[in-house]
Amino acid sequence: MSTTEKKRGFWSEMIYNNPVFGLYLGICSTLAITTTLNNAIGMGVAVIAVLTLSNIVISLIAPLTPDEIHIPVYIVVIATLVTVVGMLMQAYTPELYSTLGTFIDLIVVNCIILGRAEAYASSHNVAESARDGLMMGLSYTFSLIAMSLIRQLLGTGVLEFSNPMNNQLIFSVRLIPESFVIPVFTTQTGAFLTFAILAAAISAIKNNDAKKAADAAKARADKEKAAAAKAVKPAKEAA
Amino acid sequence: MNLLTLFLSALLINNVILSKFIGMCPFMGVSTKLSSAIGMGVAVIFVIFGASVLSWALYYYALVPLGLEYMKLICFILLIAAFVQFVEMFIKKNSPALYKSLGIYLPLITTNCAVLYVALDNITQKYNLIETMVNSIAVSAGFMLVLVIFATIRERLAASDVPEAWKGNPIAFVVAAIMAIAFSAFAGLV
Repeated sequence: MSTTEKKRGFWSEMIYNNPVFGLYLGICSTLAITTTLNNAIGMGVAVIAVLTLSNIVISLIAPLTPDEIHIPVYIVVIATLVTVVGMLMQAYTPELYSTLGTFIDLIVVNCIILGRAEAYASSHNVAESARDGLMMGLSYTFSLIAMSLIRQLLGTGVLEFSNPMNNQLIFSVRLIPESFVIPVFTTQTGAFLTFAILAAAISAIKNNDAKKAADAAKARADKEKAAAAKAVKPAKEAA
Repeated sequence: MNLLTLFLSALLINNVILSKFIGMCPFMGVSTKLSSAIGMGVAVIFVIFGASVLSWALYYYALVPLGLEYMKLICFILLIAAFVQFVEMFIKKNSPALYKSLGIYLPLITTNCAVLYVALDNITQKYNLIETMVNSIAVSAGFMLVLVIFATIRERLAASDVPEAWKGNPIAFVVAAIMAIAFSAFAGLV
């Protein structure tokens, strides 16, 4: 990891290295399961678990794996972990498992996981890989939560969260009266629109920062030029 | 189940991209040019059909008799990866012209979630072999249909004046949202 990335705070790392809105990885599940906050958090936790564990396992076995077959080996590791996580969810959070449905199985082909295994875990040590998996997973989860907050709030007007273990409601607040909700946000169209808006917002933040950096560089260059001109002037006068 | 109903609902009503959000990566990745969209679409139809039939046979003739149903995820993903590799080698050897036009899309298909989704869906819906074939062709044809329509729109989008922050993928998602509205009108078809 470069020093500039280390200098950035937690939140800017979440924005700059965001796998969903920055790199467009793992879009399928982001669009499909973000109808409610419950689904988003459940899916996020499942992905954090699989991603962190797969990064750890792959960084351990990478030196032993022959180069020609490394992709199939990684896929088997990931598929095994997804099967285990899926079974645990089926046992402890059956409601959540049935609403998320095939999307739990499809974590196997979520590009973020194989992407991090290939790009990061295969060439870094265990601790670094675990940290990378956790950060990427958190960043993915925040994207899901942002999507689901917007969609649930605008689409139903109610924010609620229930305990996935026993399906009891923890809190439920109606923030928008029923006659003012926009139901289209709970449909497929709403998913695409919300995604487009968030992606545009992230890209606007990045453009803005790039522009600021360019302006700062230009201002510095101008100052140096002025200083150089000043330094030249007395020299000329002396001459 | 009526096969025609099954075909139409998988093709239009439950369209794999616009209503199930599956296969979004290639949908965004290869839709910038019409020719590559058609190439990808053909490759996907072929791979989904082959992989679905093979994984159906694997499930009912190997996993069920051995009581290993819980291994289906691992087996299917390996089967798909092996199948794609095999198809790639076969095409490379027998038809270099076809390989040139399809070759680069084939490796990408392994990580296309649509392939795994169809294979798993055929098992969860308890389809028989004929229904599996119809379903896999309908789903992949639906994928190609939307991909090609989307690519023609994006080709024109490239020439239009879009605000800085919306350039590239964000505006493409807005297009997808409008297409989803259009496709939701098919809901009353069957």
